[in-house]
Amino acid sequence: MSKLRQHADDASTFAMSRRGFLIGAAGAGLMLAFARNGLAATDPDKTIAEGAYEPNLWCRIAPDETITVNIIRAEMGQHVGTALARILADELEADWDHVRIEHVDSDPKWGTMVTGGSWSVWQSFTPLSQAGAAARTALIAEGARLLGVAASACTARASVVSAGAKSISYADIVRRGKLSRSYSADELKAMPVKPPDQRRLVGHDTQAIDIPDKTDGKALYGIDASVEGMVHARPVIPPTRNGSNVVSVDDSAAKQVMGYLGHLVLDDPSGTVPGWVMVFADSFDAANRAVERVKVEWTNDDTVGISEKDILDHGAELIADASTGAMVFNDEGVDAAFASADSTLEQTYTTASVLHFALEPINALAFEKDGIWEIHTGNQWQTLILPVLAKALGVDESKIVMRTYRLGGGFGRRLNGDYAVPAALAAKALGKPVKMVCTRADDVHFDSIRSPSIQRVRMAFDKEGKVTAMQHDAAAGWPTQVMVPSFMPKGLNDQPYDPFSISGADSWYTVGAQRVRAISNDMANRAFRPGWLRSVGPGWTNWASECFFDEAAHKLGVDPVAFRLRLLDATGRNAGSAPNAVGGASRQAAVVRRLAEKTSWGKLALAADTGVGFATTFGQERGMPTWIACVAQVHVDRSTGMVRLQKLTLVVDAGTIVHPDGALAQIEGGALWGASMALHEGTTFLNGQVKDSNLDTYTPMRMADVPEIDIEFLPSTETAVGLGEPATTVVGPAIGNAIFAAVGARLRHIPIRPADVLAALKSSAKA
Amino acid sequence: MTTLKLNGRDVSFDVDPETPLLWVIRDQLGLTGTKFGCGIGMCGACTVHLNGRAVRSCILPAAAADGAAITTIEGLDPNGQHPLQQAWIETQAPQCGYCQSGQIMQAATLLQDFPQPTDKDIDSVMNGNLCRCMAYRRIRAAIKLAATRMGEEAGHE
Repeated sequence: MSKLRQHADDASTFAMSRRGFLIGAAGAGLMLAFARNGLAATDPDKTIAEGAYEPNLWCRIAPDETITVNIIRAEMGQHVGTALARILADELEADWDHVRIEHVDSDPKWGTMVTGGSWSVWQSFTPLSQAGAAARTALIAEGARLLGVAASACTARASVVSAGAKSISYADIVRRGKLSRSYSADELKAMPVKPPDQRRLVGHDTQAIDIPDKTDGKALYGIDASVEGMVHARPVIPPTRNGSNVVSVDDSAAKQVMGYLGHLVLDDPSGTVPGWVMVFADSFDAANRAVERVKVEWTNDDTVGISEKDILDHGAELIADASTGAMVFNDEGVDAAFASADSTLEQTYTTASVLHFALEPINALAFEKDGIWEIHTGNQWQTLILPVLAKALGVDESKIVMRTYRLGGGFGRRLNGDYAVPAALAAKALGKPVKMVCTRADDVHFDSIRSPSIQRVRMAFDKEGKVTAMQHDAAAGWPTQVMVPSFMPKGLNDQPYDPFSISGADSWYTVGAQRVRAISNDMANRAFRPGWLRSVGPGWTNWASECFFDEAAHKLGVDPVAFRLRLLDATGRNAGSAPNAVGGASRQAAVVRRLAEKTSWGKLALAADTGVGFATTFGQERGMPTWIACVAQVHVDRSTGMVRLQKLTLVVDAGTIVHPDGALAQIEGGALWGASMALHEGTTFLNGQVKDSNLDTYTPMRMADVPEIDIEFLPSTETAVGLGEPATTVVGPAIGNAIFAAVGARLRHIPIRPADVLAALKSSAKA
Repeated sequence: MTTLKLNGRDVSFDVDPETPLLWVIRDQLGLTGTKFGCGIGMCGACTVHLNGRAVRSCILPAAAADGAAITTIEGLDPNGQHPLQQAWIETQAPQCGYCQSGQIMQAATLLQDFPQPTDKDIDSVMNGNLCRCMAYRRIRAAIKLAATRMGEEAGHE
């Protein structure tokens, strides 16, 4: 996945290779910023005054002692600003009480703006640390000069430089000093950072900066945006995501609604919202009620006849055709190993369509002011949607700014900012500010759902029961193909593929000759717009592979944990490499061992129809592994098929942990998402749309469903990796395997419904 | 004309009697702490107090609130320091935060009815409030923490 790594690095605004670092005067304060190429050697004050810096780190120390760190990542519940600011502040030796964060609006100067992939901390840790260290070094040097002592005699702590009894605060240095420094890229790279045991903020708990405003109603989300003179709008969503064309609109009944202003069939040069009709009113409530009274006729293409089974059947055909797809792994000898195997095992696994269902329905406010288009909405990937907005509006990207708000849930939905387009189109057509709010059903019908998936997993064994080969084929709709095909690397057979939709299948197990084949389900790609949903592919690939490892262990009559440990031998490509995967599979084995020990694996006496299941994954992607393992304990009611999830125990090695309580919250939420998708959620695609549109039939986990949870992080000073998604990948298969352990029913589809459990019980009784 | 007391202040407005109270609070009266989530009373993000009881403002016609006292998250405590709000911060309960106004308003009436709630009480009363980030474990912990504090305070009186 070298191309993925490259994209991940590009996506990082801290791709540091040739950037220097500037410290210089900015107004009355001091600014820290990365320099553009070649500028590091010039006068920092002049460069900063001219705005010719690359402020993807833009930290300002004001004379009143506040230190403001600009954050280009979206705040959607992960407390990302707190974590990023802690990294910088630690090396800066800043007084944390002086640190503020600012979530900035879009601007080309920030570089790529994306918040996803569990990348934020991983990408920023080293450059933020080095920048903080460089700034501290400069502040010490200037502080020493002002104190009349040698810099070597000085230390910095809590925003104060001290030498013996003498001291001076950072604020005083900013006020009195002449701090102007630049560091070349090489100097910055060589900047020593503190050894882990001297960290004072990283790895130590703090309260997240964003939380107080989320307890008193002050936090502003996109849906709270307003501007004088705005028109309220709600769309009429067409029957299909693609291929719907408006034939006629009859709004005669809507005219009865007080405040109704009219409607518009959207003409969209960007092709984002085909078949959309916008309904306008002087309040959202009136627009909402008017929509119910507007009759629209559409023509549709064949996608209006596509249902979930068609998509999965098509996926099965694609898998059966050996010529399809991209080879991610394709070791020599796979076919020979299967041909000469003593025995083999093959199973097929499926996962249903899943909705993002972020609690804040999608919305956007758009208007033009002084020649600049302002888009007010919560968004995870400004850099992706800005060119689309430019095309839709027929203006240059430089004429559009996305104003930043809190996100009432991201989960990958808001990586795809398509919902901003209709508001912008309407505002342009009306010549007035338009605020579009989608109802829950609108939001769902325009969701970029997690594609249904089908996967075939096979394994070959020799007569000693040793694994000699493994093949994993996965077919699903590919969000990256549909929305950003340039992000697709090429497989070993030169076919491009969506890395996010196959991650997880490229596991760290040593399984002999291994083949991993990623297959795009073109029918899914046409029928809806596939989305990146919290963990993307690892949410289905691990469902298949980790259930399969359990099945394979049972076939061999080996304990599932012992079986996994045997394969996690950290040899060959699984040995790992610096900096992201030091230790490789040995670290996955370590979380497996610790979890087995912690849960007394194999030694627990459990009540009747109660069982524990094991699963382990490497989180988000092979190049940035978060090692994680889960034991789920369930009770199954044999008469109703109801599964009660009693307990989840997880052990995680995510390298260095920046904000421990925030990290814990991410694992808690991710684990329950995994459980929710395994037992509670899931919809089905039916005649061109998802079947469920609101909480009357779509049923995410609620308070009373929550199991006991025990989470342990293994202490580590290795590279800080991702936390937002890994736990979602491991819980589902642990639950599936627990159900098998409890009652012998093998489930190969999520969500697991009571009827599926009853059916599986019946077939296991027959077997 | 509908008249009600919003966070202790008299307000009156003129809307279609069918307009849900939520949109009056958010769009006409400008208090955006109360959130729109599902529109069918099943997520709880829009929870406010009507004469001290938790109601779903997204399905309550504004006309039905005529003459009532309505409390929103902004009015739960003048300084945002209700024991529940403090506990919410102490346990670091919110993730995205979108549901939390509704969670806190629901929890406030839970504690009126069950000053020392059991897990079962919390399950039954809070089950109608969806937290999409699934911060349930901390919401439960925050409720218990606030209950303990409020109990101690009541004990001192």
